[in-house]
Amino acid sequence: MTLIRHTLYMTLRHLRELWRQPWFVAVTLVQPVIWLLLFGALFKKVIEIPGFHGHSYIAFLAPGVVVMTAMFSSAWSGMALIEDINRGVTARFLVSPVRREALIAGRILKEAVVVVIQSLIIVALALIVGASFPGGVGGVAALFAISALLGATFGALSNGFGLIMRQEEALIGAVQFIVLPLTFLSATFLAVNLIPGWMQHVADFNPVNWAVVAGRSAVSANADWGLIAARAGFLVALLALSVAFATRAFQSYQRSV
Amino acid sequence: MEFAIEAEGLVKSYPKGVTALDGLSFEVAPGSVFALLGPNGAGKSTAVKILTTLATPDAGRALVGRLDVVANPDAVRRLIGVVSQGSSVDIQATGRENLRLQGQIHGIRGRAVEDRAQELLERFGLADAADRIARGYSGGMQRRLDIAMALVHDPAVLFLDEPTTGLDPEVRADMWAEIGRLADEKGKSVLLTTHYLEEADQLAERIAIVDRGKVVAKGTPDKLKRELRGDAIHVDLEREYNGTVSGALAALPAVREVTVDGRTLRARADDGGRAVPVVLQALESAGVEVSSVRVARPSLDDVYLKYTGRTFDAAETEATR
Repeated sequence: MTLIRHTLYMTLRHLRELWRQPWFVAVTLVQPVIWLLLFGALFKKVIEIPGFHGHSYIAFLAPGVVVMTAMFSSAWSGMALIEDINRGVTARFLVSPVRREALIAGRILKEAVVVVIQSLIIVALALIVGASFPGGVGGVAALFAISALLGATFGALSNGFGLIMRQEEALIGAVQFIVLPLTFLSATFLAVNLIPGWMQHVADFNPVNWAVVAGRSAVSANADWGLIAARAGFLVALLALSVAFATRAFQSYQRSV
Repeated sequence: MEFAIEAEGLVKSYPKGVTALDGLSFEVAPGSVFALLGPNGAGKSTAVKILTTLATPDAGRALVGRLDVVANPDAVRRLIGVVSQGSSVDIQATGRENLRLQGQIHGIRGRAVEDRAQELLERFGLADAADRIARGYSGGMQRRLDIAMALVHDPAVLFLDEPTTGLDPEVRADMWAEIGRLADEKGKSVLLTTHYLEEADQLAERIAIVDRGKVVAKGTPDKLKRELRGDAIHVDLEREYNGTVSGALAALPAVREVTVDGRTLRARADDGGRAVPVVLQALESAGVEVSSVRVARPSLDDVYLKYTGRTFDAAETEATR
């Protein structure tokens, strides 16, 4: 009970922080809008390529943008933790009886909440520009859940690396190094049967691709729930590993105080 | 006697072979203000980290409220309030939000936490700024908020690690008044670390002087100063005279511990007022020209010099090198 309560206190604190930075919120939303609208318009004719099953590129792209945005925004999660450490806030919590797990869990939960809100906005936008999601509300909810899982995973990884690096510049470098390749080595922009063979093999091990494939299937007319469950299972396992990693990193930070 | 804080032979080394604590021992009586005084790098902050459960000692034992900090860290955390070196305010939250969260993680909820936050905001002169983001607070306001947060659960033992470092003199005086009031509160024990001699002198009932990870002297400020027996005489000379000066004073029974450092002469006398004319006369007969003379009651600086063989300033410079 105490753990849940402390985690909620921390989650609310982080959400409030975000709310107080309207520019940050705006910028994180401008990006997916650009992807969705510009890419959507630019590659409109992609669906005419033989082998591309679908009738609207925007509808194809939207789940990809939802997943990509989940990763992009959560990958920065460790930045705020580094700032807390540098400002002495983390040390203040450590001399209080706060549950240690809550200090990481609160951040991960915040990323999940943010991802759901962002996803709602992106899906609404896609609907406005004419996309449709035959999977219905249930399918969209599954897409959100999968994105939140991915966001939580990247949030945990980001916090873990932040705790090891302890330098905002280093974390920025690492995030930028990792985020774009993961996006392009997936079916985010193109149907998986149209990307080069070696990329398909890499994509099989890419968590972003797991989320894109599962999320896209969930909102489609004939969702493959076996595939969705399998990919969601991979994501849950990866989230567990990431949380374990972040926890270990936090313990090593505590020893170094 | 039962102590509020008890440190016994604490040893702590950091990687790269830096020994921060080298057998540090001291005890703090309940309801009193105790100061660990020493230059930067003497080991004071490491001692506070161990006593507040942030770090574990390599050897030795630390008790807070009779609880072992290594065996019972959570129980100790409920008992203590900590004002760390440098501010630990969340500058993206308001003063009230900072206090509310600090109260909540100490298990105070609902109406009670709101009331407590309001009470502390008023007490520390932050009521008007309560709902402003703390980023815009002045250094003094942030420091007051730090102290307010440390007090939110009414802790029995309060740690103040360098509470006035980096504050301008005016704010420092306010902070001293505030710490003085804390000490008067019902049975609160306060451990203060400082590298300001006057701060320890003014606020603490008892002092331990820390040098290179060890306590080299402890007692009340008055007792420590009394041990120096007598007043300090400082004489500024017109120029450097080398051997002449100490030779001229060697035979005088009124003064002792004569040291000459460049153009500064220091000596000690049981009665400074009576010794000055004698000293001046002796210097004049030896042909030494004097530019000024001061007599001072012994200061903690003198105490520090006596126990460590270095002046406080020299130790500070050494530590920052």
